Amino acid sequence: MSVFNQSRGRVIQIIIGAVFIVMTAQLINLQIFSSQYKLAAENNAIYRKIIYPDRGIIFDRKKRALLENTISFDLVVTPAESKGTDTATLCAILGIDTSEYKKRMLDAIFKNTRVRPSIFEPLLTPDLYAKLTENMYKFPGFVLSERSVRTYPFNTAAQLLGYIAEVDTAYLRKNKHLGYEMGDYAGMSGLEKTYESVLMGQRGIKRFIRDNKSRIQGPYENGIFDTIPVAGRNLYTSIDVEVQQLAEQLLQNKIGSAVAINPQTGGIISMVSSPTYNPNVLTGNARRKNWGRMVMDTAKPMYNRAIKGQYPPGSTFKPLGALVALDQGLITSDYGIGCSGGYGACGGVYVRCEHGNAGHAANLRLALANSCNSYFSDVFRKALDNKKWGNPNQGYLKWKEYMNAFGLGRRLEVDLPSEDKANIPDTSVYNRFFGGARRWNSCSVLTLGIGQDKMTATPLQMANLMCIIANKGYYYPPHFVDSIESESTADTVLMNKYRTKHTVTNISDRDYQAVNDGMHDVTVYGTASHIKIPGVEYCAKTGTAQNPHGKNHSLFVAFAPKDNPRIAVAVVVENGGYGSVAAGPIAGLIIEKFLNDTLSTAGKATAERITKMDLVPQAIKNWYTRKDAERAARLAKLALEEAAEKEEAEPNREAPKNNTEAILEQGSKPVGNKKDSTEKYKIKAALLISESKKKKMEGRRQ
Amino acid sequence: MTKNKSISQGIDYPVIWLYASLVAIGILCIFMVEYREGVNVFSSFIGGKTNYSKQLFFAGFCVLVATFILLTDSKLFTAFANLMYVFGLLLMLATFVIGKNINGSKSWIPLAGGFNLQPAELCKIFTALALAKFLSRQEIDFSKLKYQLIGGAITLAPAVLSILQHELGLALVYTSFLIAMYREGLPAQILIIGSSFGALVIASLIIEPNTLLIALSVIAVFMIYIARRQAKRNKGVITIIFIAWLISAGTQRFVIPYIFNNVLECYQSTRIYSMVGKDYNCSENVKSMKKQQTGNEKAPRKPDDYNVRQSKIAIGSGGFTGKGFLKGTQTRGKYVPEQHTDFIFTSLGEAFGFLGCFFFLILYIALLFRIVRIAERQRSTFSRVYAYSVVSIFFFHIAVNVSMTIGLFPIVGIPLPLISYGGSSLLTFTILIFILLRLDADRQMVLR
Repeated sequence: MSVFNQSRGRVIQIIIGAVFIVMTAQLINLQIFSSQYKLAAENNAIYRKIIYPDRGIIFDRKKRALLENTISFDLVVTPAESKGTDTATLCAILGIDTSEYKKRMLDAIFKNTRVRPSIFEPLLTPDLYAKLTENMYKFPGFVLSERSVRTYPFNTAAQLLGYIAEVDTAYLRKNKHLGYEMGDYAGMSGLEKTYESVLMGQRGIKRFIRDNKSRIQGPYENGIFDTIPVAGRNLYTSIDVEVQQLAEQLLQNKIGSAVAINPQTGGIISMVSSPTYNPNVLTGNARRKNWGRMVMDTAKPMYNRAIKGQYPPGSTFKPLGALVALDQGLITSDYGIGCSGGYGACGGVYVRCEHGNAGHAANLRLALANSCNSYFSDVFRKALDNKKWGNPNQGYLKWKEYMNAFGLGRRLEVDLPSEDKANIPDTSVYNRFFGGARRWNSCSVLTLGIGQDKMTATPLQMANLMCIIANKGYYYPPHFVDSIESESTADTVLMNKYRTKHTVTNISDRDYQAVNDGMHDVTVYGTASHIKIPGVEYCAKTGTAQNPHGKNHSLFVAFAPKDNPRIAVAVVVENGGYGSVAAGPIAGLIIEKFLNDTLSTAGKATAERITKMDLVPQAIKNWYTRKDAERAARLAKLALEEAAEKEEAEPNREAPKNNTEAILEQGSKPVGNKKDSTEKYKIKAALLISESKKKKMEGRRQ
Repeated sequence: MTKNKSISQGIDYPVIWLYASLVAIGILCIFMVEYREGVNVFSSFIGGKTNYSKQLFFAGFCVLVATFILLTDSKLFTAFANLMYVFGLLLMLATFVIGKNINGSKSWIPLAGGFNLQPAELCKIFTALALAKFLSRQEIDFSKLKYQLIGGAITLAPAVLSILQHELGLALVYTSFLIAMYREGLPAQILIIGSSFGALVIASLIIEPNTLLIALSVIAVFMIYIARRQAKRNKGVITIIFIAWLISAGTQRFVIPYIFNNVLECYQSTRIYSMVGKDYNCSENVKSMKKQQTGNEKAPRKPDDYNVRQSKIAIGSGGFTGKGFLKGTQTRGKYVPEQHTDFIFTSLGEAFGFLGCFFFLILYIALLFRIVRIAERQRSTFSRVYAYSVVSIFFFHIAVNVSMTIGLFPIVGIPLPLISYGGSSLLTFTILIFILLRLDADRQMVLR
């Protein structure tokens, strides 16, 4: 029997073999020739965790840390594991209600799914942290995860240092190649932004194996593919923290700016824009609130006036006016004019001069010391009407070229973001203004010669101009960072910009000496003669810029010591009046502090006087009052609403006569364990009353 | 000693070694799937809570059963074959009454100690024995249609019951008996027609209906051209070709859409479509629409080939040499569903790569060819038919299971013999093999 169909056994074997060959072929295809499965498997199972390095520290010129890193804690929740959490206690600690808790939980699930951790409350205060650590055992699924944040031990230089913040989608799109991810922090302004690549360091990557629900199972291949984070490198700046603090103090209650530069290196010693803010308010958990408040603030505390504020330089421009004429050979330092209280050569335009006595403009030195308007108007016209250039239009272009060479009307490329170039108008502007190129001449724009008209400059540009005069013809671009820790070639390329000497003019030292002497005379018997710096001979120029919107701006530029200068300063105080009244003393104190390391007794007294001087315009003060009133009204309204809610909850209570009384009644009535809330009511009620009083008074006034 | 000798007398040792190594590999694979870093392997092993310790326990039990089988007399199996077949069918019927629902199919009978028995698994043995018994009867001439139909009925009865239990995979296994029947004289045409039908189904899934119709017509014309000489002598040839063309065109146009839309469940159609890389639109499926109307089932999900994709990723990422024992990231991450049972092959593929898979398949081939050789040396038809049934069942399981993990076959829930986790399945395959060994030991006898 078994003989039958025996060949079919062979056929069956062949069928089996064929099927196995097909399977083997598919295995070869999958395992040897298809690389996409390896990639897919890695994407599936390998979780790359970024290890953040410590950001670099920024030091001042004496190696004091302007900012440091510290650990802050986030409360992090994994929703899937949070069953059994004592919600009531947690809400009580965080000061939120259960609906807020639920909302945050849903947000977390929506953002990061149920099984992955997401931040529940960021940047806990130390107090909150202590309370939470005590009770953590009650909150399964919650953990406190640490994060490195900035802290500013000197509470100073907020606008210079800038702040770091979580990157947003726009930032990610812009910096795609740098490998930022959602949740990363990056410098958003100031030095933090400019030197982001240095400060950031190199992030490390740890690879973990994760399972199908994205839960971490352990390190991948025992971490042989992991990279170690490299800490960010430190920055050594030329800032002097004490000078900076003093300058900030002096500019309190004023709107303005001060810049101090070391002319020998271009290193910025101090840069203040007032009003400023304490950098520490942008680190804690109130960051968002504070930020919002400051952005809305009409006085713009986050706006760096030192590099963005545009002011007419006024008389502080005069030394430059002289230098332009000197360089073109139009005048010599001996050139003088007779001024009898004004410049009338232009007929229609008459420029008044503060002095009328004979010989006050007999030479350049005297003209500078006395700040003679006539002299510099004359010099300016000489520059524009120079025969060499053909016509005033061309003369103006040449003059503008000089301005740009001296750093006005262009960016100085300081190492802060969003520097402004201020304004030295082009001829086209005047052509439009006067209705044609032939319709204007040196007389039409005469006041440019005394730093008015359409020209503006930032305080930084003014300070840089002082550097050029102090150095007798050259400058280094102003900058903060002197050196970078373990500087790489790329850094050197970056820094070389600031280490290149820029020579501006071919004016002889003798002519420069005349300008310097004139500026020295300003401090001896001229407009700044009452500002003395113990043991220091210095050169300065006051300026009083006409301000169409209100009181004149007070300007002051200076450099010191007279010989071999080590500091050049420019100070602007908005609405400060004469240059020697507000800006002058501030500049003097800055120089004194820097050169003498300490203030004399007289200096301290002046500093106190200046600090107390309140020059904030009334309009801004009114704005603050209005804001406060609005906030009070809002709080009162809230209090009323809450009171109404309480009433609804207690229908048995007698209907009170009016709401205010109800609040007061509730406030005065102790409700046992609700002590806190009653206090709150008391405060709100008080606010409400004061608010109504204010309104009444306002009504009366009207 | 003498007793031992009598047990081991005539036993085919290669099969025993292959069997033992496959079971060992299986436990190892389950261990790979269950293993977690940092967990004390020894204590969890002793605890008996893990699947690999359970599987080891099953293996121990199987050794007992195997020894018992080897101790019995071969005549027992011929004598009780029909009785056991009836018993198996009764057990399967019993599941409709006392069945326990596991993973959506009510095909399990709960036993003491938390273990469950799937009668459909055991029924494979009984069917194999019954078919062998039937074909070994002296009056049977299997070339006659009547006996072919009876043989078919014997194998189809448990298959039908399995379908009623929603165990399509188990039901499909019974079609593998065709191989055994083919060996005993079933006309080859049935196999050829069957495989042509399969080819037609796949073709009509992949190719546009109209394009396929044109292709079929071209093939028919080509056939007529080749057979033109014979056609002169016998006009019937052209008629046959024409009828075949008509049938295949009708099939691809009407029958196959009907099967997918009206016979198969939505998920089954989806799986078959996903195998050729296409999406099946469940709203065309009558059954799913009915269920939707009655509101028993959720709205049809977007077809998803997650299982196959993950399975292919796991195997494909193994590469040539694999990632190494316990180093499979996909296995550890539990990316492949049902990895310890139906998709156990993926853990092997990931850990040991192509080399491992190839060696593993060679083991299987060796086992199958060895059994074929055993079958051919039997004197009695009973033993031979039984041996071929064993080959068929093993072959079907292996081919379908491995093919589905590497994306060559739609997903059907059948285990990989001797490797997949599961007591019923391991016991079934053990019994299948050891009855064969017992019969082979007595191959000089003529059993009826």
